[in-house]
Amino acid sequence: MDPETLYFAKTHEWVSVTGNVATVGITDFAVRLLTDIVYLSLPVAGKVYRPGQALGEVESVKAVSDIYAPVSGEVLEVNSGLPDQLQLLSESPFERAWIVKLKLSDASELEKLMNRAQYLQHCGG
Amino acid sequence: MAYLFDTPEQRQRMLEAIGAASVDELFEQIPRELRLGRELSLPGAVSELELEQDLQRRLGQAGGGGVCFLGGGVYDHFIPAVVDELTSRGEFYTAYTPYQAEASQGTLQAFYEYQTLISQLSGMDVSNASLYEGGTAVSEAVFMAMRVNGREGRVVVAGSLHPEYRQVLRTYFSRLGTEIVEVPAAGGVVSVESCCAALTADTTALVLQQPNFFGCLEDIAGLTAAAHAAGALAILAFDPLSPGLLKRPGDYGVDIAVAEGQPLGTPLQFGGPLLGIFTCRSEYVRKMPGRLIGRTVDRRGRECFVLNLQAREQHIRRDKATSNICTNQGLLALRATVFLSVVGPRGLRQMAELSHEKARYAAASLTRLPGVVLKYERSFFREFVLETPLPATEVLTALAARGFNVGPELSRFGDSLGEGLERCFLVALTEKRTRAEIDALAAALGEVLSG
Amino acid sequence: MRNPTATRLLFEMSESGRGTVVFPKSDVPRVTGIPEPCAEHLAGGLLPLPELAEPDVVRHFVNLSTLNMSVDSHFYPLGSCTMKYNPKRHERLARLPQAAASHPYQQESQIQGLLSVLYELQGMLAEISGLPGVSLHPAAGAQGELTALLTAAAWFRHRGEQRTRVLFPASAHGTNPASAALAGFECVQLSGGRDGFVDLSELRSQLDDRVAVFMVTNPNTLGLFEKDIATIAGMLHEAGGLVYIDGANMNAILGRTRPGDFGGDMMHYNVHKTFTGPHGAGGPGAGPIAVRDFLAPFLPAPVVTFDAARNWYSLASPEHSIGRMRSFFGNVGILLRGYCYIRTLGGRGLREAADCAVLNANYLLSQVRDFLEVPHGNRCMHEFVASAKRLKEQTGVTAMDIAKRLLDYGFHAPTVYFPLVVEEALMMEPTETESLATLDAFAAALREICSEPSELVKGAPHTTAVCRPDEVNAARKPILCWSGQC
Repeated sequence: MDPETLYFAKTHEWVSVTGNVATVGITDFAVRLLTDIVYLSLPVAGKVYRPGQALGEVESVKAVSDIYAPVSGEVLEVNSGLPDQLQLLSESPFERAWIVKLKLSDASELEKLMNRAQYLQHCGG
Repeated sequence: MAYLFDTPEQRQRMLEAIGAASVDELFEQIPRELRLGRELSLPGAVSELELEQDLQRRLGQAGGGGVCFLGGGVYDHFIPAVVDELTSRGEFYTAYTPYQAEASQGTLQAFYEYQTLISQLSGMDVSNASLYEGGTAVSEAVFMAMRVNGREGRVVVAGSLHPEYRQVLRTYFSRLGTEIVEVPAAGGVVSVESCCAALTADTTALVLQQPNFFGCLEDIAGLTAAAHAAGALAILAFDPLSPGLLKRPGDYGVDIAVAEGQPLGTPLQFGGPLLGIFTCRSEYVRKMPGRLIGRTVDRRGRECFVLNLQAREQHIRRDKATSNICTNQGLLALRATVFLSVVGPRGLRQMAELSHEKARYAAASLTRLPGVVLKYERSFFREFVLETPLPATEVLTALAARGFNVGPELSRFGDSLGEGLERCFLVALTEKRTRAEIDALAAALGEVLSG
Repeated sequence: MRNPTATRLLFEMSESGRGTVVFPKSDVPRVTGIPEPCAEHLAGGLLPLPELAEPDVVRHFVNLSTLNMSVDSHFYPLGSCTMKYNPKRHERLARLPQAAASHPYQQESQIQGLLSVLYELQGMLAEISGLPGVSLHPAAGAQGELTALLTAAAWFRHRGEQRTRVLFPASAHGTNPASAALAGFECVQLSGGRDGFVDLSELRSQLDDRVAVFMVTNPNTLGLFEKDIATIAGMLHEAGGLVYIDGANMNAILGRTRPGDFGGDMMHYNVHKTFTGPHGAGGPGAGPIAVRDFLAPFLPAPVVTFDAARNWYSLASPEHSIGRMRSFFGNVGILLRGYCYIRTLGGRGLREAADCAVLNANYLLSQVRDFLEVPHGNRCMHEFVASAKRLKEQTGVTAMDIAKRLLDYGFHAPTVYFPLVVEEALMMEPTETESLATLDAFAAALREICSEPSELVKGAPHTTAVCRPDEVNAARKPILCWSGQC
């Protein structure tokens, strides 16, 4: 997944869109901030989320952070293997460590998100 | 005499090193208009001897000099000398929360042992390292149930749950819009039917107590099934001595089990500090309040213990923490650990059986008196409710004057236990009560009722 | 001189048939005619608890105790914890049978003495705080915070006001926002000024009619007295809000100033900090609160009242009480220790304690600031926060590394990584019950550590039984009880 094609939320989630499916994960920046990740909880299949609603949690020794839905949608699929392979979050945060696939209900919400350059600036880089 | 060290010369040296002319100068941070400007108006300092004499004089005799038959959540149980002895070691009671694991392996291992012992005692998968006491433990359990099943609107509570625990629930949930529905316990227990009727699709949990506040035994199996059928969690407040004789919460399949741990080696102390026991199923562990001690290895592969899952607690998670608790009841958990170590499974069984036999004997002796009845014709453990022809407050006052501390009277709790209970009171028995004491109580009650 | 046999887990020492405590045989006959528990209530077999012999148990716990640092054995400069000496006389007095064996449901006539002591304590805490409405009910500081917030919420509701927000500084203890959230408030964090104090213009920008309470620690968690506290209180009051003082740092101001005098409307005490309640390896504590007279009717029940006409003490419920926060009266055992402390010191003694606490902290600051940065200046109250940021940049040694290396020198580490507003924070609170010799030795150890080779420090502690437990693994796969059941 080329980060240049992704959308980014202020809360460090990324979104990739194919047709009306939005794939969501958390960014390499977030993973670095968290340091050692010890636990991940996934959203519930079939549940509908609104932007800004917490759909999961990622826990490190130092902190527990909510993962927020960047766009609205119904949960189509979760990456159920990820909680047992947390190292993927640092090895492949934009590819194999995807967290959830949502059925995109309102494509215009993507306009509220940032592109890669804007996101990097948001992170202070 | 504030346990100070410095001589005037040392003080002077320190001030010079700081670059201040006087100690007063160090307080210049406080704006002048905010300074107290006078000595605190408190009684003058007294010596240890004077204070001891004063307290001995004022506090009077232990328990008013009477024999204790008081119940209602804390009991006069036996505490072996070893418990006081070991927990009086300064290395335990003057240590701090074990944030620096390498400096606290004694504390951490003892709490790990505590967690295991409580798990074995309760039959539940996992225990935390303590909460404040039984009442807040129930409230924390309800908060946890909400985190588990996402239902926040409603909780159903047995009317036979300790009235003070129910009061605490109300205070904790008053601002949060949660409906607390109480199911009356007519006849001394709650029925499965009435609980089923109260359990709705938005109910987070059913809260029960075993034995309940009246000392009676509930149909926990049936009630747990009812809760689960409604998609709610089953929360059980259990008695920590009862597993010596009765089924454990884990054996009933409840989701969260809490207890007032006082019977396990903590003195009465007018009701505090006590010991909040909190256990649950292993799949809920990340949603548990309170501290958790975990086993791990160190850099050199040696087994050791640490505060675990701290990211859930207030000092990290802050407003989204599983609880606001920081200081818990560490030393009392240690007392329980030592207590269970020396009492062991056989000792605990003996304690439970003795308390049970003596309670039955007391119930039989007292109900032989004319007009005295067991209020609830149900099996009970350690305590039971008596009804006499006279108002309970009168009876208990008269018994106290004769050297028998019995109660509490049910009317003490308003009508939160039901109506028409003015002549009812609890009588509790522990392994400490002798036959002679029980016979004397019966004789005294006989006098009070006929006089 | 370690004894690893004795410090095996209890469960590894268990042998079937061992036992310690025996009870006398039952002296009562079995009775009939009383309902029996039926089979479905009865336990199956013996509980799976370990079976141990008493000498083993004693040796086990005695040896475990030697693996701890404690105030009784080591200098323990944990900032914000006030690890001062725990007087042994308090242990004896709090254990007097008359106090230790009192049942909470005892007849009022039998507990007049105990109630008189608790009533007196209420008055003493009112005088020390300058706030007349005292409740001894909360079990610890965090519960005190929650209790006060619920009390304030009830007062607002009584006035027909709907206030939904609680403000607090980023330097606040985590219990502050946690308690506010539990009380149903929205939490708003203020960043504060670069100088470590509350930023008045930032505060002003957040004040509106939604704000219920501003929770502030004073002296703050940087060990500095908020000099604008009276102005801050004025701003809150003008906006119709209240000020809550987190009393964790009362040890700095005893007898010098009082929360009620500098604008606080409510506060909590940590009896297990300021008033020598022993920390017990994580509790028990006691968190009494003191509030303004207009808030007193909303305090939790029960409180102790005194009827002078009858010379009688009673437990009563304030007129509009928020109800009960916990079972029974409060953590009386700990409250008694605090009472004994205040009685044996008196007003002057409390002030001397604060004087010496502040002197010791300033002295320690003066001894470390040439090798450890103290970002917020050369003066402090009873504690100060140093930063290992520069050291980390130069050598990679962090605050955590310094903390661990101090253990090798025979000192417990200061608080690290709190408050969050200082990078690589080391919060040091020596307290008044430490000698100049101890302070000098500690400063010398710190100086030494800051110039040691970084590998030595990063590999610390070298002399303790264990070194750098793997917390990541523990959090990934928690093992919370023996035999892998959990």
